[in-house]
Amino acid sequence: MNTNSNKYTIIYTTILVVVVAAVLAIVASVLKPRQTANIELEQMKTIMLAANIGEVDGQPDKTADYKALYEKHITRAYVIDQNGKQLEGVDAFHIDLKTQFNAIKNGGDVTLPVYECALDDGSMVTIFPCYGTGLWGAIWGYISVKEDCTTINGAVFAHASETPGLGGEIAQPWFYNQFDNKVLEVNGQFASVKIVKGGAGSDLNGVDAISGATITSTALQKTIAQWMDYYKGSLELAKAIITLSEGLSNSENAEKDE
Amino acid sequence: MQKKMNKDIYTKPLFKNNPITVLVLGICSSLAVTVQLKGALVMALSVTLVTAFSSLIISLMRNSIPNRVRIIVQLVVVAMFVILIDQVLKAFSYDTSKMLSVYIGLIITNCIIMGRIEAFALGNRPWPSFVDGAFNGLGYGLVLAIVAFFRELLGSGTLFGFQIIPQTWYIENGGWYSNNGLMILPPMALILLGCVVWVQRSIDKEIEE
Repeated sequence: MNTNSNKYTIIYTTILVVVVAAVLAIVASVLKPRQTANIELEQMKTIMLAANIGEVDGQPDKTADYKALYEKHITRAYVIDQNGKQLEGVDAFHIDLKTQFNAIKNGGDVTLPVYECALDDGSMVTIFPCYGTGLWGAIWGYISVKEDCTTINGAVFAHASETPGLGGEIAQPWFYNQFDNKVLEVNGQFASVKIVKGGAGSDLNGVDAISGATITSTALQKTIAQWMDYYKGSLELAKAIITLSEGLSNSENAEKDE
Repeated sequence: MQKKMNKDIYTKPLFKNNPITVLVLGICSSLAVTVQLKGALVMALSVTLVTAFSSLIISLMRNSIPNRVRIIVQLVVVAMFVILIDQVLKAFSYDTSKMLSVYIGLIITNCIIMGRIEAFALGNRPWPSFVDGAFNGLGYGLVLAIVAFFRELLGSGTLFGFQIIPQTWYIENGGWYSNNGLMILPPMALILLGCVVWVQRSIDKEIEE
């Protein structure tokens, strides 16, 4: 047979491509459920680490079952819109943060996820995501805020393609553990986290930047501030309720004393 | 004659005809994935599987491939194996797949694979082609492992993620030692690779041009 004729070449390549496509399609559809499960598990792990659950000495616990931890600790997940209003019937866990980031950038309508998480000591923390662009690609993370709505309980960050050893350090425990116990307030006003070049010193809302990774550090600070802008409404509202109820119970106690 | 040829297939790619240090193919990925030993070994295994099986398939097809489109046919077969490996890693070893990110997909551009298919599989029977592909992959893996060993040990103080350098040695803990940040960066991989080439050539003078 003449393997160099046009007819032969066309038939040969067509059959080859169809066979290869069929093999890949079958494998992809067989493996799809496992891949989705892996991605979801990764998200659960990130959310748990942001609440400092499943950590040993500040490092992720390699033996922990993060799915079980997630199901045990997350008591409620909901979404809020750009006015801070809670929306019903939206699956918070499967919201695409990238789409929301684009909406934030363009000032459009947003649906932002919020997770409520019960810690082992009985207190509640609220967990917020953030998503933005670093130096080379996307950066994202989760921040958990304590019951007082001003103190950060924990944070965790991840990135798609920041430089290993430089910008990539934002995903390392030494960096994200710095956020623990930072205060989202300056002089009684809400303030996002500052990432300070040359060391934050005693700044209550500042963390040390990564040397050699100024752009990633600044981008992360901007990302957190951008998302916090949307969440601060609910945080301030919750704080006001706490202050109000404390005031009420104080005055009740005062009345009893009389 | 047959026996002699077979022995060469096994030994040459590992040392005398090593794809990285002698043929200087596949340098790019060897700089990118050698920060950690685990990543380097998974990468080496993936490349070995892809070279071995694409050589096997191409060798089986070698008498029927239309000569004018042979490069495209080779690419389709190689691409299929690369995507298969990528998909399997995503399903069964998500952490490694995340660590190697785009470099698994970029195996397709690794010159070793096309090089071995063009130079060997197109003119040889399936079994020798398979062995040739596999041992070229292993030769690549050997160099990757050597470079990754030094980069992880000196750059992070760990091997396979386990701490090797005692914590008490570190300056933070009152010691005198500090990890070498340069080891993490790609230029150091190139320098280490140069050292490997240097050592190999001083052992075997024949390789020297």
